Amino acid sequence: MRRSFARSEDRAVLQTEGVQALIECLARHGYRVLGPAIHDGAIVYREVNSTSDLPVGWTDDQKRGAYRLNRRRDDSLFGYAVGPHSWKQFLHPSLLTIFRARRTDGAFRIVTDREDIPKYAFLGVRPCEASAIEIQDTVFLEGQFVNAAYNARRKGAFIVAVNCGNPAGNCFCSSMGTGPEAISGFDIALTEVLDGKKHFFLLETGTPAGAKIAAELPTTPATAEQIAAGKAVIKQAEARMGRTFKTEGLKEALQENYEHPGWETAVEKCLTCGNCTSVCPTCFCTTVEDFTDITGDTAERRQRWDSCFTQEFSYIFGGSVRPSPASRYRQWLLHKLANWQDQFGTSGCVGCGRCITWCPTGIDIREEAIAIVSGVPERKEQTGGNA
Amino acid sequence: METLKPILEQHPFLQGLRPEHLDLLTGCASNVVYKPGEYIIREGRDANQFYIIRSGHVSIETYAPGKGAIQIQTVSEGDILGWSWLIPPYKWSFDVRVIDLTRVIALDAACLRKKCEDDHDFGFEILSRFANVIVQRLRATHLQLVDLCEGLR
Amino acid sequence: MTATLEKSTKGSSPPKHDGMVPQTYQVRQVHRETHDTFTLDLEPEDGNVPAFAPGQFNMLYLFGVGEVPISISGDPTTPRVLMHTTREVGSVTRVMHNLKRGDTLGVRGPFGTAWPVDQAEGSDIVIVCGGIGLAPLRPALYKILAQRDKFGKVVLLYGTRSPNDILFKRELQRWRAHFDLDIYVTVDRAIANWRGNVGVVTTLIPKAPFDPLSTIAMVCGPEVMMRFTVSELRKRGVKSDRIYVSMERNMKCGIGCCGHCQFGPDLVCRDGPVFRFDRLEPLFGTWEV
Repeated sequence: MRRSFARSEDRAVLQTEGVQALIECLARHGYRVLGPAIHDGAIVYREVNSTSDLPVGWTDDQKRGAYRLNRRRDDSLFGYAVGPHSWKQFLHPSLLTIFRARRTDGAFRIVTDREDIPKYAFLGVRPCEASAIEIQDTVFLEGQFVNAAYNARRKGAFIVAVNCGNPAGNCFCSSMGTGPEAISGFDIALTEVLDGKKHFFLLETGTPAGAKIAAELPTTPATAEQIAAGKAVIKQAEARMGRTFKTEGLKEALQENYEHPGWETAVEKCLTCGNCTSVCPTCFCTTVEDFTDITGDTAERRQRWDSCFTQEFSYIFGGSVRPSPASRYRQWLLHKLANWQDQFGTSGCVGCGRCITWCPTGIDIREEAIAIVSGVPERKEQTGGNA
Repeated sequence: METLKPILEQHPFLQGLRPEHLDLLTGCASNVVYKPGEYIIREGRDANQFYIIRSGHVSIETYAPGKGAIQIQTVSEGDILGWSWLIPPYKWSFDVRVIDLTRVIALDAACLRKKCEDDHDFGFEILSRFANVIVQRLRATHLQLVDLCEGLR
Repeated sequence: MTATLEKSTKGSSPPKHDGMVPQTYQVRQVHRETHDTFTLDLEPEDGNVPAFAPGQFNMLYLFGVGEVPISISGDPTTPRVLMHTTREVGSVTRVMHNLKRGDTLGVRGPFGTAWPVDQAEGSDIVIVCGGIGLAPLRPALYKILAQRDKFGKVVLLYGTRSPNDILFKRELQRWRAHFDLDIYVTVDRAIANWRGNVGVVTTLIPKAPFDPLSTIAMVCGPEVMMRFTVSELRKRGVKSDRIYVSMERNMKCGIGCCGHCQFGPDLVCRDGPVFRFDRLEPLFGTWEV
């Protein structure tokens, strides 16, 4: 579910050198620019200082349980889909200190040091990822209580979305209504057009902050032809989507099938390793840990990522509520595709396909869901993917 | 006894009995009062009656040397007490001690056993009602074993 | 978003500061209730005990040890201290038992939904508790007794493992003596000289004096006890939308953003712990939810 966002009709054109200008402009404005870069055989998100840090001319080949980088025949800057990282590692860090306490005799005081939170600019946010950020905003900012740690990082973040021209083999964002074009959740959105000799970026601003930055870039107004070329990129991406997923009625059907014998089948391949929860851009579960220093006078409470696949996740009164792997797989899938909607009013899944790619046994969340609600196993390889 | 009929008629245990069956029962019924500390039933003795508790509170117990009487369950107003009269060798398996002043309707089991054998329809009515009582009591006993109120530790 | 069923009354307003950082409170007193249960009386540094609704809980933080969710068990109408009653079940509660007057504790809350005392106006009320389940219901009892005229018959059915596990004995006796309140206590296992009921708390339901068609039931105890209790209440004719239960799940944040306390489509910390039973009915008996 996407929030309403007043899109403007104006489009500008940025040449490839303009992307360098964008990075430098953001840095000048005090942002720490994070973007895609190749590291350890994958395209991950880290600090970038220039376009040469980007995975120029590389693409990703994703299958169930498999990820490979391949060289492209062109010099596309953003010619891949998504890697194992998502932006949640910056907005919702995997480890952070909630507070410290200092003790004197039986009494103690809470100390909340105001840490220096950097202003992040995210360059290369896929539409599915922009949706994922909006989904996490709902969880952390729109409940009865605001999560201060998330808010501190989120409010300063600048988002440069890059629309998808190269969906990967496991992508199904168009079925989830989250792509391949970003329609909300960005300050600036770019569409890379690369067609023979033509190589430029269509630029759209989404917020006043985006407009402010865009005003400092060497843009030219887009011609009708250029706009059409941009639209064609999106259309092609839709047509080449790796997977589809019919979600109509799925939520209710899943919620009625808690006791379906198919959960036992679904879990046969599952190692409960939690890779899916780690790479999923919307998974947000955390746990807390308490430490004291060696003197025992200072205590610290930390928050770190947790996964519903662990045994201890649901522990009460000396036992786990969900001891069996089948119940934990069911918990994850039902949460992602059904219960999340009741809890937060949005879908939990954005169709990025990461869980399918990074699952060591190649489980496809789509197929498992369909198998439960239709009783018909649909475990066959899908074709499709990159050029 | 004539005066007991309206009381028996009202009791949920006997709801739906045909008038002639109710008469059969009334013919075997008598009114008894027990004082606190008295025993209605003693383990090992002949099971010649069963009881409908009209008011009061009694404890089903068994005696263990060194421990004294161990309470198993308590039953009170409205409950049915005693089913060993249905099964050979027709001997009681527990003690039943009165806690608060208790009024019961005692039904003559020997008399009823004969009437059940003579009239199988009547026998069926009595047995199905007892089956229900026994099942309810057994379920409640199972839950006592599950440690219902303290959770699982 | 699908239409969701009636939620229980939302509690009072959230704390004014960061929901994840506790406020420090002082221990005023620690009372031992039974061999493994105790009550903590807490007072905030500024002396102003925050308002809370019966059924709500706080997250109590013990320096360097950890944090646990504990139901508030005191009087919501005139709170002078913040009372929490808990069993010693883990590392945090075992250390908590040894706190002394003047020690500091961290408190976050109050969180969660409340028992529907206001909605019960004009009805009978039947309260069924098992074991420690009386503690989260005691605030509801205080609230009911403070405006006793508004309700019909009020019945408390309380079951524990043995007479030694009965909580708040003196208070129960006082209520029985001074108020128009029927209290029935039963134990699973008797000890010598016990003159009361022996049997599970569900056996008290068929005979309890309330009108099933005009009653609100509030049930709290281990989940298996609540399941059998709801079954008996329904056998007597109380409808699912007039029965309320209090759920418990693993909690880490208490504010709806850690994911641990999920029960199907609900978060126990935010949509509970008090739930109207018909909302939970589809999943209540299902294993490993």
